[in-house]
Amino acid sequence: MVMTVPESQQGKAIESWQGQVEELRGLVSERAMTGETLLLNMGPHHPSTHGVLRLLLELDGEEIITCLPDVGFLHTGIEKTIESKQYEKGVALTDRVDYLAPMNNNTVFVMAIEKMLALDVPERAQVIRVICLELTRIQSHLVWLGTHALDMGAMSAFLYCFRERELILDMFEMLSGQRMMGSYIRPGGLWRDLPDEFLPALQHFVDIFPRRVDDYEALLVNNPIWRDRTEGIGVVEPEEALALGMTGPTLRASGVNWDIRKAEPYLTYPRYDFNVPLGEHGDVYDRFWVRMQEFRESIKIIKQAMKNIPGGPVRSQNRKYVPPPRAELGRSMEAVIHHFKLWTEGFSAPDEEVYVAIEGPRGEVGCYLHGTGGTKPRRVHLKTPSFMHISALGKMSQGHMIADLVGIIGSVDIVLGDSDR
Amino acid sequence: MGVISSKLGNLGVVTTSLETAVNWGRTGAMWPLLFGLACCAIEMMSTQASNYDLSRFGMELNRASPRQSDLMIVAGRVTRKMAPVVRQLYDQMASPRYVLSMGDCASSGGVYNNYAIVQGVDEIIPVDVYVAGCPPRPEQLIHGILTLHERIKGEHFNEWITGQER
Repeated sequence: MVMTVPESQQGKAIESWQGQVEELRGLVSERAMTGETLLLNMGPHHPSTHGVLRLLLELDGEEIITCLPDVGFLHTGIEKTIESKQYEKGVALTDRVDYLAPMNNNTVFVMAIEKMLALDVPERAQVIRVICLELTRIQSHLVWLGTHALDMGAMSAFLYCFRERELILDMFEMLSGQRMMGSYIRPGGLWRDLPDEFLPALQHFVDIFPRRVDDYEALLVNNPIWRDRTEGIGVVEPEEALALGMTGPTLRASGVNWDIRKAEPYLTYPRYDFNVPLGEHGDVYDRFWVRMQEFRESIKIIKQAMKNIPGGPVRSQNRKYVPPPRAELGRSMEAVIHHFKLWTEGFSAPDEEVYVAIEGPRGEVGCYLHGTGGTKPRRVHLKTPSFMHISALGKMSQGHMIADLVGIIGSVDIVLGDSDR
Repeated sequence: MGVISSKLGNLGVVTTSLETAVNWGRTGAMWPLLFGLACCAIEMMSTQASNYDLSRFGMELNRASPRQSDLMIVAGRVTRKMAPVVRQLYDQMASPRYVLSMGDCASSGGVYNNYAIVQGVDEIIPVDVYVAGCPPRPEQLIHGILTLHERIKGEHFNEWITGQER
């Protein structure tokens, strides 16, 4: 890297710097134009931005005047790629949108397809989906807790959280053969039935996990440094939170009772008894507290679902959309035809538009799907919570110090893959 | 009595070549750049966490500054917007520097053959070891790192001084 500017270029360098600042007029305060306040880049390579997020900060001393997020460093073109694939093949791409909650993205995309086709889903598959979704929520919150605590200087929470997360990833591997990107949830049900070793492993996890949550709380809740660094930081009022489009635990920490599992129930959620934890102040500590309670509520849901898993198939028997099992191919000509049609051409969906939303670990995950009447969608759009939460960072960080910004970024639990897609 | 004396007995002197000693040193304390891009970064974190414990291989210390690190693990998909940043980080690293391309996306573009993704990070920086998988298991990443160690142990003196691009 050449750091010095040649003499002939020096004037130009200053001109180009002024030109760049000029572009920011209106976005940063007038004081930045004269150089009175400092413009500082945070990211896209920064240990505390939870991925490749760039923040342009305007600083007065260490106080943040303006915080402008710049997203798109992980824009992958996933929506456009799904449009060039058959519906069933799109499922594998939705895993990689929000890579901390792959099962959620699978489910929302698959539920949109099912709604469009009016495809039935067997009850057993629905209950297993609920178990998977709640396990995904727990493992996503574990990564959040580990990295959030790490950003704030608490190393041990990270090691404990990843220890428990491995238990969940082992279970996902039993289900789908892959630790993270399973694509286990398919149109019409699931890829296959539960393996024999899954339920004992789940029972073991459900038994030990509540005690482990107590351990995390013991590490952090009464820790004076943790309380000092989180209480009263990044406060969002309920009205503001709604206006900013926040959803999920971040919204509930501000005291707004909105959980899609309760408000617009899907799958078998209405059967289960669980609470929606709400915060009072809407600060970093409340967002932490709400997620800690969600650990316990998720375990509650899993326990109730485990007790009552109905028998029967795990995939719809509608052969126009769901491929026949391997064993049928040797006996039935019909099955061979369906198998061939589904794996070469794929199934067709009507020229209609649907929107389905579910409650992901970070908030409302939605899928807008528009068919063409053919085998590929015209438009797929994923509504992802991280994007809204990143846009709220500017509002939340005003007047705080840079060190607090690290806590605020951690507390809204952003995933850049989720925001940029 | 220390470990060395108990192992060597009365020998007292160990002879080795400079190459072996330096390469041993380089493999034993390789500091990776704290640099995550996408899904693979989560598996990279798992590798460093309790169950897989990357510090067994002298790598527990991730440096956030490229100036202090020897190894860049490109963990995840490199987009066209991110590519100049990756290149700049690589340029800022001091020699000897190594690059491990983790996962299908970083190695070849993976499932994303589209307008947004660089089709393999080797289009912008030289790569020493490729690790396949989407994302690779922690064991696979550890295997990739050990493969890199083997490669470094075979380096020769003249390669250090001729300033071969690393």
